[in-house]
Amino acid sequence: MNNETIAAISTALSESGIGIIRVSGPESVEIVNKIFVGAKGKRILKNVASHTINYGHVLEFREDGNTDSSLYIDECLVSVMLAPKSFTGEDVVEINCHGGVFVVKKILSEVLKAGARLAEPGEFSKRAFLNGRLDLAEAEAVMDVISSKSDSALKASIGQLSGKISSSIRALREEILYNIAFIESALDDPEHISLDGFPEKLSELLGDWLQRIDKLIKSNDSGRFLREGIGTVLLGKPNAGKSSVMNLLLGEDRAIVTDIAGTTRDTLEEYIKFGNIGLNLIDTAGIRETDNTVEQIGVDRAKKAAENADLIIYVIDISNGDSFDDITNGYNKLLSSYPDKKAIVLLNKVDIAESIKKPDTDYPVIEFSTVTGEGYEELKSTIEEMFFNGLSNSSDEVVITNIRHRQCLEESRDALLKVRESLNLGMEEDFLSIDLMDAYSSLGKIIGEEIEDDLATEIFSKFCLGK
Amino acid sequence: MKILDNEKTINNKLTQNYDVVVIGAGHAGCEAALACSRLGLKTIIFTVSVDSIALMPCNPNIGGSSKGHLVREIDALGGEMGKNIDKTFIQSKMLNVSKGPAVHSLRAQADKQDYARSMRKVLESEPNLTIKQGEVCSFIWEDISSNSSYEPLVTSPDSADTDLFSYYKNAGKRITGVKSYTGTTYLCKAAIICSGTYLNARCLCGEAITYTGPNGLQAATHLSDSIKEMGIELRRFKTGTPARMDGKSIDYSKLSEQKGDERVVPFSFSTDPESVQKEQVSCWLTYTNEETHNIIRANLDRSPIYAGIIEGTGPRYCPSIEDKVVKFADKDRHQVFLEPEGLYTDEVYVDGMSSSLPEDVQQAMYRTVPGLENCRIVRNAYAIEYDCINAKQLYNSLQFKNINGLFAAGQFNGSSGYEEAAAQGLIAGINAAMFVLGKEPLVLDRSESYIGVLIDDLVTKDNREPYRMMTSKAEYRLLLRQDNADIRLRKYGYKVGLVPRETFEELCKKEELIKEEMDRLKDTYVGASKDVLEYLDSIGSTPLTTGVSLASLLGRPEVTYKNMASIDKNRPDLSDSIVEQVEIELRYEGYIERQRKQVEHFKKMETRKIPVNIDYDDVPSLRIEARQRLKEFRPLSIGQASRLSGVSPADVSVLLIYLEKNR
Repeated sequence: MNNETIAAISTALSESGIGIIRVSGPESVEIVNKIFVGAKGKRILKNVASHTINYGHVLEFREDGNTDSSLYIDECLVSVMLAPKSFTGEDVVEINCHGGVFVVKKILSEVLKAGARLAEPGEFSKRAFLNGRLDLAEAEAVMDVISSKSDSALKASIGQLSGKISSSIRALREEILYNIAFIESALDDPEHISLDGFPEKLSELLGDWLQRIDKLIKSNDSGRFLREGIGTVLLGKPNAGKSSVMNLLLGEDRAIVTDIAGTTRDTLEEYIKFGNIGLNLIDTAGIRETDNTVEQIGVDRAKKAAENADLIIYVIDISNGDSFDDITNGYNKLLSSYPDKKAIVLLNKVDIAESIKKPDTDYPVIEFSTVTGEGYEELKSTIEEMFFNGLSNSSDEVVITNIRHRQCLEESRDALLKVRESLNLGMEEDFLSIDLMDAYSSLGKIIGEEIEDDLATEIFSKFCLGK
Repeated sequence: MKILDNEKTINNKLTQNYDVVVIGAGHAGCEAALACSRLGLKTIIFTVSVDSIALMPCNPNIGGSSKGHLVREIDALGGEMGKNIDKTFIQSKMLNVSKGPAVHSLRAQADKQDYARSMRKVLESEPNLTIKQGEVCSFIWEDISSNSSYEPLVTSPDSADTDLFSYYKNAGKRITGVKSYTGTTYLCKAAIICSGTYLNARCLCGEAITYTGPNGLQAATHLSDSIKEMGIELRRFKTGTPARMDGKSIDYSKLSEQKGDERVVPFSFSTDPESVQKEQVSCWLTYTNEETHNIIRANLDRSPIYAGIIEGTGPRYCPSIEDKVVKFADKDRHQVFLEPEGLYTDEVYVDGMSSSLPEDVQQAMYRTVPGLENCRIVRNAYAIEYDCINAKQLYNSLQFKNINGLFAAGQFNGSSGYEEAAAQGLIAGINAAMFVLGKEPLVLDRSESYIGVLIDDLVTKDNREPYRMMTSKAEYRLLLRQDNADIRLRKYGYKVGLVPRETFEELCKKEELIKEEMDRLKDTYVGASKDVLEYLDSIGSTPLTTGVSLASLLGRPEVTYKNMASIDKNRPDLSDSIVEQVEIELRYEGYIERQRKQVEHFKKMETRKIPVNIDYDDVPSLRIEARQRLKEFRPLSIGQASRLSGVSPADVSVLLIYLEKNR
């Protein structure tokens, strides 16, 4: 058992309405009891039932046990959740205080003075995992929550935390196991259990399993975008207004904007929250042939960035005197160098354009103005549609956000494909169970039901576990 | 030591010295005694009746699905069962040949008396082995902790694997001898309990209860107390056997004849295949029907197990006909296999209808089966209940965890079946010998043998009924085929000293030839030449468009090594057993490769040792149940820990982290 009691602030440190300090471990009740009194100024925590919320005051810690009201720090609600029915599976006490960086930090420091140790990052989840309160996928989701960048990523991680991945993986595993068991019982007791018609049945099931696994794998792409943001590159001719677009999205003057073409000589990368989704936005030097060496470096970088991006936003200055055909040719030429990329064409500066002629293209085209804000919402919904296809708004979807999970799913899929191959070759049933077992084990690795030597170490290093 | 009821009246002070005492001369005891004596140890084997050595009190056959694998493995390690059945079988059949090679399994009908007599002869011809009729009543032991002069027998491990080695050193007791009912003391360095179903045995035939061992033989009623006194926990299991019919009363015209194979494959790798081609007798197949089932259902209240008279738990996979009727209520018939008990008798064994119902019900029930309408029962079916242990008290070496030098094997360990017993007997015998000789024990793992699976299941799982070997219990069965048991295990038999050098060298030669031939087939390419196309056409295979190796041609189901001869002119002359290996290894190469990968993962967990002296209270965050289990079983590796019931993957992760941190 963990003998140490740990504590940490479990809400974001900001000037928000409330703050929560979580304390977990065998002495959590005793420790908080030293710095908390009930409504009547008496220490009450040791006598309250589990899973209760208690009103009172947190006060400064005194060795002599002084509870004078002059020591009061804040008016609080303290919840007590005793083992094993708590987040960590240990005795947990949570102090709900008034938010505010100072108060929250002050209370934490009193908790530490009273005997708790400051928790390491992820240590609560680690304990929860070790005490069987979280499975591996759920524990990993906690780590994802801690490091998630956008609301949707948070939502997906919380989805995993509530066990959605685990339950869909478990359901799959159970079905596979049932069929392995069926084959084996038929091997053991051919008199009573017949395999007649089994290959046909299994073949049908395989189709279903593969579909479910493929869907999870596909969701990983969305999952990655949710978690890490969409790598987005702004391309366009010099002075098409790329930096202005970026500044509008960022909401601040980050890039240097001038009227002189070629002002941006480097790539700028910014993470922005764009509605529910995150963009890793890269502004690039205008792409054009140039003799200026410094600028040439910037242009090369822009091309490079475009190669690695998930999304290209091509900005066209629609008010420019250039003939529209030239513009059309320009972007077509550029975008055709990245045939697999998703792209959006922004017709910028519609506010000062005399006439608007829409280019003929399969890419979405949006009329845009950084001055009036026209097209802003359309851009947002277009990106959401492109990458999440409605996914990010539906909290019922299971989304895979973890690369390790994806690898396991792919292993499992490959094994099931082997089963299908064996079925087509008409192999005897006992050959099928070899690959079915592989599929089953690979899925088990996701939720930690298949033990892997290196995995445990790897996961635990994520939990910042020192030697 | 417990004072026996006869102690006061017996003045016998005779004392004899042996290296190893084997208690019981059934299938486990015979293998154990032979192993010890062949390894040069002075050995004595006790039996309640010398006429019941290697008795087959139940079915008259050896082998069968997955059990055939065990017999092959016993043979590869230098055991006797395979050789003995090769000498005494009256019918032999390779089962499941329509399925994959992993589940092919040999089964041979034995002449029961011939089998037993022949085994007795083998025992009698061992110069180091003494056969003794009599009942062992008690053990003599000493407490190591209270005896400071105790020097572990093993002082210098000849292996780096010291964890395994400390098997011997951490025990609290040490066996020094046994005492017989007639008062003689037999001092020894190691003892092996192979008491089968004899300990406090009780036979039930409906309401009739007799306190005897199988077949009316004397039960062993004294040893249990002494076993308990040493701190070993006992429990009750039950098993059953069907009736034997007078063959003259069976109407064979109504039955379907089951012949043996035309070409018999011997069990033993050392038996000359030509020597086993002989005339065989037939078995006969029939079925129960609704009438049979109605009689059984109507009389269930008179069945001791359903009436609650039997307290022991019976096997699930060798169920009585009562169990089958209850459990498979939707089946309108069950298979009944009539097997001759031997050439010496007309008695016929009714396989598939074991029962503990009363005699009147038995007679009515058997007579509903086609062919048995006028049957005369020679011996009634009965159930037997006996003392045995939960084998979690043993290490995989089959030594008791807290008693140096005491080993156990066979039905006493909670298994069922002759083959399971013999396999354990052999391992217990080898390891008792290794113990006396101060050498490292032989422990086979799950990835190399069915024996390893059997023993590991016995010592790690909570078996609530007699354990029967099943194909499904071996995870890596495509590698653990009956055809390659010699390749898998000869080396161990040779290492411990039961397999002679020449035999081992023959095997090495065989392996070399297999490898050479596989390489040759992989390197020999054929194209779309006229004779190749003709050949493929002749076997109904699709024509070639590009050149392929002969090895990859073997991947086609219709291609065999044999029929490929016409396009493979330069092949060497190889024996059937070599061709068989080459064909299987190449045909199923992809699957075998994938199974080997699974084994690699398994081995990784198995070789992750847990120190014998680990203090589980010091491992943080283990759940209470897991902590208890681990303390109780004291697994030797992470792999074994992961197989314990009550230990979750999260617990194993915790353990892994702990070991990592304390490296």
